[in-house]
Amino acid sequence: MRSFLVPTILLAAGLAFASPGSAQPAAPAPAASPAAAAPAASAAKVADPTLDAAGKPLHQAVPGVGEPVDKAFSLQQQVTPTGQEAHWFHNTILLPLITIISIFVLLLLVWVIIRYRRAANPTPSRTSHNTAIEIVWTLAPVLILVAIAIPSIKLLAAQFKPAPKGAVTLKAIGNQWFWSYEYPDNGNIQLTANMLKEEGQVGKDQRYRTDADGPRLLATDQRVVLPVGVPIRLVTTATDVIHSWAMPAFWIKLDAIPGRLNETSFIIQKEGVYFGQCSELCGARHAFMPIAVEAVSPAKFAQWVASKGGTMPGAKAEPASTTAMGNDATDATANGTTEAGPTVDATATPAPSNKPATANPAGAGNTGN
Amino acid sequence: MTDTALPYTAAHDHSHAEHDADHKPGFFARWFMSTNHKDIGTLYLIFAIFAGIIGGAISGVMRAELMQPGIQYLPWWVAKLHGEGTFDEAMHFWNVLITAHGLIMVFFMVMPAMIGGFGNWFVPIMIGAPDMAFPRMNNISFWLTVAGFVLLMLSPFVGVGAGTGWTVYAPLSTYGEPGPSVDFAIFSLHLAGAASILGAINFITTIFNMRAPGMTLHKMPLFAWSVLVTAFLLLLALPVLAAAITMLITDRNFGTAFYDPQYGGDPVLYQHLFWFFGHPEVYIMILPGFGIVSHIIATFSRKPVFGYLGMAYAMVAIGLVGFVVWAHHMFTTGLPVTVKMYFTAATMVIAVPTGVKIFSWIATMWGGSISFKTPMVWAIGFIFMFTVGGVTGVVLANGGVDDYMQDTYYVVAHFHYVLSLGAVFSLFAGFYYWFPKMTGKMYSEVLGHVHFWVFFAGVNLLFFPMHFLGLQGMPRRIPDYTDQYAYWNHMATVGYMVMAAGMAVFFVNIIYSLLAGKKAEANPWGEGATTLEWTLSSPPPFHQFETLPKID
Repeated sequence: MRSFLVPTILLAAGLAFASPGSAQPAAPAPAASPAAAAPAASAAKVADPTLDAAGKPLHQAVPGVGEPVDKAFSLQQQVTPTGQEAHWFHNTILLPLITIISIFVLLLLVWVIIRYRRAANPTPSRTSHNTAIEIVWTLAPVLILVAIAIPSIKLLAAQFKPAPKGAVTLKAIGNQWFWSYEYPDNGNIQLTANMLKEEGQVGKDQRYRTDADGPRLLATDQRVVLPVGVPIRLVTTATDVIHSWAMPAFWIKLDAIPGRLNETSFIIQKEGVYFGQCSELCGARHAFMPIAVEAVSPAKFAQWVASKGGTMPGAKAEPASTTAMGNDATDATANGTTEAGPTVDATATPAPSNKPATANPAGAGNTGN
Repeated sequence: MTDTALPYTAAHDHSHAEHDADHKPGFFARWFMSTNHKDIGTLYLIFAIFAGIIGGAISGVMRAELMQPGIQYLPWWVAKLHGEGTFDEAMHFWNVLITAHGLIMVFFMVMPAMIGGFGNWFVPIMIGAPDMAFPRMNNISFWLTVAGFVLLMLSPFVGVGAGTGWTVYAPLSTYGEPGPSVDFAIFSLHLAGAASILGAINFITTIFNMRAPGMTLHKMPLFAWSVLVTAFLLLLALPVLAAAITMLITDRNFGTAFYDPQYGGDPVLYQHLFWFFGHPEVYIMILPGFGIVSHIIATFSRKPVFGYLGMAYAMVAIGLVGFVVWAHHMFTTGLPVTVKMYFTAATMVIAVPTGVKIFSWIATMWGGSISFKTPMVWAIGFIFMFTVGGVTGVVLANGGVDDYMQDTYYVVAHFHYVLSLGAVFSLFAGFYYWFPKMTGKMYSEVLGHVHFWVFFAGVNLLFFPMHFLGLQGMPRRIPDYTDQYAYWNHMATVGYMVMAAGMAVFFVNIIYSLLAGKKAEANPWGEGATTLEWTLSSPPPFHQFETLPKID
C-alpha cells in the first residue's frame, strides 16, 4: 500500500491552508507543530469528548459489536430498531423457512433415490399427471410467500419512516476514495474520513492505525460522531462515481449517487463504535474507504459539536467565524500529518439536477403504518 | 415418437442417399464456413470450454489473492503484465479480474454452451428438423461471439483493462474510467449481444416453422421449449442492453450525457436499463438447464416427465415474470418505498413456478426405476443445489433485507449457487448425457462419478462459507478484507482447489473418452430415452431427417 493516502492527504492539507479555518484565532493553523497545538486548542475551546488529551480515540470498539466476528455464521448484532426488526425477520422467519424447505427437498431426493433405485423398483410406473398434487405444490408455496410478504412489507414501511423534527442530519458524501461528512443542522460541521493505514505503510511521522482506532481496513482517521436515542436522518450523495454508505450494525445501506440525494433514517440505541465499508464498486481503492461511527450520549454529542465549532439547533448560534469551521486541531493533528478537517465542499461539485431527491421517505413511506 | 432415420418411405432407389447425407466438406470449409447446426454446436462447445478455462483460471487468481488477508499477488501480476505498477494499478487490476470473470462466464461460457452448443446440436434434432432455419446466420452468430471474446481479451492490452464490474455501471464506466479498455469491453458486449439476437431469431423461426409433421408445441420436448422461451428472452432483453451500452459509448466518446448528472443525465437510468436486460439474462442462463435436466431425469427414471404442461408453462411464466422484477437488483439506489414493495412481491412470485419445476422433477423420479449414470447424478445434484440457491433468492427478494445484504458475499453465494452449481451442473449433466451422441464414444463412468463428487465437494466448500461472510457484512468486489473475514475466505479458497481438481478429472475424462472410449450405440440409455436424437446413429449423420419423421 505504497502511495495510498498521499494524494488525499495533500489535497486535505492544501485545502486546510486555504480554508478560513487557518485564520481562526483559537486553533492554530494545522501546519503548526502538533504537539504544541493540542493543549492550546483544548484550553481555548471545548475539548473533543471522543478523544483523549493526546488525540487518541477514547472509545474502543467492543469485539463482536459493530464489527465482524471471525468464524461467525450469523448476522451482525443490530443496534437500531429497524435493524432488530429485520434481524428478527431474517433469523426467525426467513432462515428457518429456507432451511426447512432445503431439508425437505433433500429428504424427498434421498427417499426417491433409495426407494426407486433400479434394484428396488425394476418396473417404473407410468404416472405423469396428478392434478391434485400439482395444485397443492403450486398453492403451498403461494401461502408460504404470503406469510413472508407480510412481515417483509411491514419492514419496508418501518425502514421508510421519515425522520421526525429534531432529528440529527448527517450528510455522507462519497468520494474516490474516502467519505466526507456534513452536519448541516449543527453549524455545518464538516469532516473527512480516510482509512488509517498500517504501521510501516505510512511515512515516518504519519499517523497509522492502532488497535484503539479499530480493525485493519475498517478504522478511519476521523469517526462520525452521532448521538444515541435520537433519530438520525442520513442523506447520501457522491462527487464522482456511485458509492454506497453501508453500516451492517444499523441495517443501513444507501447508495451515494452523484446528482442525487438519497435519504433514510435510523435510531442508534447503544453507545459504541461501529464499522462499515463502501458497498458499491467505485474504482481502484473501493476496498479502502471504510466508515466508522461512534455513537455517544446526546450530552457528549453536544459537547463534540461544540468542540468542532458547531451548534446544536435551538442553541444560540456562535459567531460565524467558528461555526463555519470543521477543522479540529486536537484530533486531526494528533499524529502529525493527517489534517483532514474542512475539505472539499463536496456537495457543490455535482451540478444541480432537476430531479427531486429520490428516496422521498416522507411521501410514499407511510403506507404500511 | 417414431423412429425416423431408418425407414425412408420415399427413398426407394437411391442407394447412395446415405452416402450423400454423410458427405462432409474439407476441414477449412467444414469448421470455418460451417452451416451445419451440429458442427456449429460443436464449435460453440469447444469455444465455451476454452472460455471457461480462462474464466475459471481468473477466479483462481482471485481466490488465491483472497486466501489470506492482505495484498499478496496482485502487484506481482501487474508487474508481469504492465511492468512495474503502482499500488492503485494493482488494485485496479483486481477490478479487471472480477469484470473479466463475470463477463466471460456469462457471455462466453454459459450462454454459448447452453444455447449455442446444446441448443444448436439438439433443438433441430429434437423437433425433427434437418437443420436450423437460417444456417448461414447460425455461422455469423458463432463467429460474432468469437470476435466479441477477442475484443474482451484485447481490452487489458489496449489500456489498463476494464475494471467496471460485469454490470458496467455508469458513471464509473463513463468518466470514471477513461481509455480504450472499457470501449473494447463494451464493443465486446455489442458483438456477443448481436450474435445472441441473431441466434434467438434463428431458434424462434426454427421451432415455429420446422417442427416435424405431428409435433405440436404441446408434444415438443422440454429442452426445445426451454430454448424457445430463452430465445424470446434474448430477443426482448438484449436490444435494451445494446441501447444502454451504446449510450455508455456516446457518453464516453461523443459528449452525450445520458448518465452524467452534471448535464442533466442520471446514473440510475443505466441501472434500470441494464437490469431490464440483466434479470431476464439470469433466466437465459438457467432455463435451457431446466430443459436438459428434465430430459435426464425422465431418461434415467424410465418415466415420462411428470406434469409436462405444467413444466412447459412454468418456464413461460418464469420468462414473463422475469421481465417485471428487475429493480430488485437496485434496492439500495433510493427507490421509493412503494416501488420497493412492488418489486419485493413480484420477485417472490417467481418462486412459485420454480417450485413447480423442482417438485415435478422429484415426482418424475417418484415411482421410477432410477439408474445412477453420471448425467443423472449431475441432474440430481442440480436439483438440490438449485434449491439452495433458490431459497437464498427468496431471502434476497425482500427489499428490507437488502439494506443489509445488497452487495455482500451473501449475494455472491446466492448467484453462484444458481449459476456455478445450478447452470454449470446442468451443463455437465447435458455434456455427459449427450457426449455419446455427439462423439459416438462412451465416456468413462468411473471418471464421471469422480468428477461429480470432487466438484460437488469443492464448489460447496467454495461457495457455502460465502453465505457466512455475507451475513457478517463482507462487501463484494474487494481484494483485501479485514482480518475477521479470514477463516471462511481461507475455506473458500481450499474449496476452489478441490473444485479445480474435479475439473482436472473432467478434462482427463474427455481426452480419455475421445481417444479410447467405447463405441456408443444409437441409444446408450435404454427405454427411458424417448426423444428423437436417440433414433439417430451416434454420432448422427452429417445431415439428418432428409425425410421428415412423423410424430404420432
